[in-house]
Amino acid sequence: MGQSLTIRNLNAWYGDNQTLKGINMEIPANQVTAIIGPSGCGKSTFVRCINRMHDTVPGARAAGEILLDGENIYAKDPVELRRTVGMVFQKPNPFPAMSIYDNVVAGLKLNGLRNKQKLRAAAEKSLRMAALWDEVNERLNYSGMSLSGGQQQRLCIARALAVEPSVLLMDEPASALDPIATLRIEELILELKKDYTIVIVTHNMQQAARIADSTAFFLNGELIEHGPTSEIFMNPKEKRTEDYITGRFG
Amino acid sequence: MTTRHEFDTALEELRSKIIQLGNMVEARIGSALDSLVRQDSDLANEVVVGDLELNDLQSEIEEKCVYLIATQQPFARDLRKIVTGFKISIGLERMGDLAVDVAKVTMRIGKTPLIKPLIDIPRMSESVRHMIIDGLEAYVKEDEAMARRMSKMDDQVDHLYNQIFRELLVFMMEDPKTITQATYLLFTARFFERMGDYCTNIAEEIVYLVTGSRSDLNE
Repeated sequence: MGQSLTIRNLNAWYGDNQTLKGINMEIPANQVTAIIGPSGCGKSTFVRCINRMHDTVPGARAAGEILLDGENIYAKDPVELRRTVGMVFQKPNPFPAMSIYDNVVAGLKLNGLRNKQKLRAAAEKSLRMAALWDEVNERLNYSGMSLSGGQQQRLCIARALAVEPSVLLMDEPASALDPIATLRIEELILELKKDYTIVIVTHNMQQAARIADSTAFFLNGELIEHGPTSEIFMNPKEKRTEDYITGRFG
Repeated sequence: MTTRHEFDTALEELRSKIIQLGNMVEARIGSALDSLVRQDSDLANEVVVGDLELNDLQSEIEEKCVYLIATQQPFARDLRKIVTGFKISIGLERMGDLAVDVAKVTMRIGKTPLIKPLIDIPRMSESVRHMIIDGLEAYVKEDEAMARRMSKMDDQVDHLYNQIFRELLVFMMEDPKTITQATYLLFTARFFERMGDYCTNIAEEIVYLVTGSRSDLNE
């Protein structure tokens, strides 16, 4: 099952540059929350704070609270946290020297799982959840790089799902894919929200409108508006939100 | 600073087409009423033939709306502008059809003397034309209050309709020979009453365009 996130007064910096300013936000479990906003508004920093990847950047820091089902993530071991909060990136990034199978089970092996039967079952389950199993089950030992872009991205999703997270962060997961592969990923996201809480960063307004239950608009590191997707796209309360989604910025 | 010059120009064109359609419909309603009052079949015929022009303009507006939705992927007020423009154009086109129905009554009555001088039907026509003009202005100005005031005028149209209904009923009861023409006139009153309802629908669209929420003004 997915877990909920509560963000309280989250601030983030890269050196002296403050990229997130006092973000307060509730992200309900088992829903898709879309993060939209222009480049440089803090969207990616925001999701990278949720699995503490932001901490890994030299000179970067964050302050505030992020509660995962009520527990502060900063009190957790970051490696342990990242097992619970998985991430998929803009460009598909399968491990190049590994087979499809090894890509999927890489996280499990790192966690110490050695039982081949269990690994095999987990790989199949993850690939099925990522809607990739039927396309690759006869060539699991092929290189991950032999797949198409859309398949590689679903492989990365399968890899993220294999360690059984409760939250899936997706940073523009379909922006490098063609329209068909994009729609596949979108359908997959709608399918996955039954079991996971999904936070997706996207520049594609139609994509946010199609898949997200709620949408948050960020601008210059601030959360301008967060509400049900239908409200944000049909009748936003803030003029800045309307200006952005209708393409009339400034 | 806008970054969607082409789109804004297209939306402005859409709006001016809707105004053009509205003005044409308002004029047709006036001609249809004149043809009835003056028992002028030629004028009535002009209204009937002219309806093709209205239909073509409405189709053009419809195509424009569909094209803009497909190509511009509009959201929020932009989307409401297109959706309401589409619905307003349908309402106007239907009023044009009702003007044709009035003109056809003129043709059916022909030169048969009128059973009574027409007083309240011209008043209904006047009110409806007023509603269209105010509606178009409220649409251009995106003025919610004006749209709501316009919809209130429908009460007067309904009141006149009920009055005409009672009056013609008396005519028919007193002299069955009047039944044919009285029925035509009753239909005519009903056509104007429907036009009032379409105007109210247009007012509702304007309120939705401005506020983003629906409200029922047809109470």
